[in-house]
Amino acid sequence: MIIKVLGPGCNNCKALERITREAVHSLGIEATIEKVEDYPTIVGYGVMSTPALVIDEQVVVSGRVPSATHVRELIRASAGNPG
Amino acid sequence: MTLLREPLPTTPRGRAMAGLLAVVLWFGLYAGNERAWDWLLHDLLGMDRTSRLSQAVQFFATDAVKITLLLIGIIFIVTVLRSFMSIERTRALLGGRREGLGNLLAGALGVITPFCSCSAVPAFIGFVAAGIPLGVTLSFLIASPLVNEVAVGLLWTMFGWRIGVLYIASGLLVAIIGGWVLGRLRLERWVEPFVFETRLHGQVIDATDGLSFDDRVRMGLEEVRSILLRIWPYLLVGIGLGAVIHGWAPTDLFTHYASASNPFGVLVAVLIGIPLYSNAAGVMPLVQSLYAVGLPMGTLLAFMMAVVALSLPEMILLRRVLKPQLIATYVGVVGTAIVGVGYLFNLVLA
Repeated sequence: MIIKVLGPGCNNCKALERITREAVHSLGIEATIEKVEDYPTIVGYGVMSTPALVIDEQVVVSGRVPSATHVRELIRASAGNPG
Repeated sequence: MTLLREPLPTTPRGRAMAGLLAVVLWFGLYAGNERAWDWLLHDLLGMDRTSRLSQAVQFFATDAVKITLLLIGIIFIVTVLRSFMSIERTRALLGGRREGLGNLLAGALGVITPFCSCSAVPAFIGFVAAGIPLGVTLSFLIASPLVNEVAVGLLWTMFGWRIGVLYIASGLLVAIIGGWVLGRLRLERWVEPFVFETRLHGQVIDATDGLSFDDRVRMGLEEVRSILLRIWPYLLVGIGLGAVIHGWAPTDLFTHYASASNPFGVLVAVLIGIPLYSNAAGVMPLVQSLYAVGLPMGTLLAFMMAVVALSLPEMILLRRVLKPQLIATYVGVVGTAIVGVGYLFNLVLA
C-alpha cells in the first residue's frame, strides 16, 4: 500500500502525517508513506485545500485533519480490498 | 489537542447540557468582564482610577478577555456555518464565468468559502488550471483574507453593525475592482508557466462533503484552538499598543497629523499598513484606541484593510506562482483601491 500525505509543510500537514504514521503502525500494515510537497503534483490530484490524504492514488481526505480513528478506518478499508 | 479528539457527549440530554453550559459561560464572562477587572484593579488592588497606568492596565486586561471571548464565539460559529461550503464547490460555481460578473461572484464566494492562507497557492493553481480567468481568481484571493469573519465580527461588536456592513461592502468593492483591473491588464505572462501546464486529473474530493454534525462542531472547536494559538502574539502586541495609546498618547498629536482634513492621512495609513503583518484581531485594539483619540474611521479601516489584505509573508507565498512584476502590480492595484475606499469612507462618515 502506498499512502501519500499532500501538503506544503504547514502545521496541519505535519499533524496529518503524524496521525497517518501512527495509524499504519497501530494497524501493523505494510505501507510506504510519502510526503508530497510540490504544488503541481498536489493540484494534479484535484486537491485545492491541504492537507490531503491519498491511498493507492485515491484521494480520501482533503482540506482538514481527520481524526485518528477515521484515518485508521480509511486505511483498513483500502487494505481490505486491494487494487 | 487530545481534548478535541475526545468524543462529544452522546446522549441528547448531555449534548443539550454541554451546549447550554458553553453558552451561559460565554455570556457570563462577557457580561462580567469589565466589572470584574474594575473591581480587581481598583477595589482589591487599590489602584487610582484616574492614573494613566491604571487606565492602561484596565484597557489591556478588559480588552484581552473581551477580544478572546469574541474570537472564540465568532470563529466557532463561522467555521461551523462555512463547513457547508467548500473551495471545490466555489471553483465549480466560478467555472465558465466571464470577467465582470465573475469578479463579483468570486468576491462574494471569497467571503463565505472556508479558506486558509496556506491553501492560497494550491487554490490559485487549481482555479487557473481549471480555466477560471486570472482576474476572477485574484478577486477571490483578495476577498478571502480581506473580508474575514474575525475582522467583520470584531468591528460589528465594537463599533456597531453599520461599520461592520460598511467594511463588508467596501472589502468586496476592493476585491471586485482590484481583480477586474488586474484581469484587464492581461498579466498572464507574469504567472509562472507551470501553473498553466498543470493537468488536473483524479477525481475531485469535496473537502466538507458528508460531514456529520459532530464533525462540524469538532472542526469549529479545532479552528478556534488553532487560530488562537497562531495569533495570540499579535493580539498581545496590538492590545499592548492600544493600551499605551489609551493611557499616554497625546490626543492632539494624532488629530493634528491624521485628521480627516489632512489630505494624506489615508495614504500614509495604507503605506504603513501594507508591510505590517498582523491580523484583524491584532489590529482591532489599535484601531479602537486610535479612534478614541480622534482618528477618522475611514483612515482606520483603510489601515486595517492594508494590514490584513497585503503582507510580506503572503507575497512570499504567492511568489511560488506569480512573478515579482505581477506581485508588485497586485500590491499597487489593491493598495490604490484601499486608499480610494478610505477617502470615500471619510467623506461618507464625516
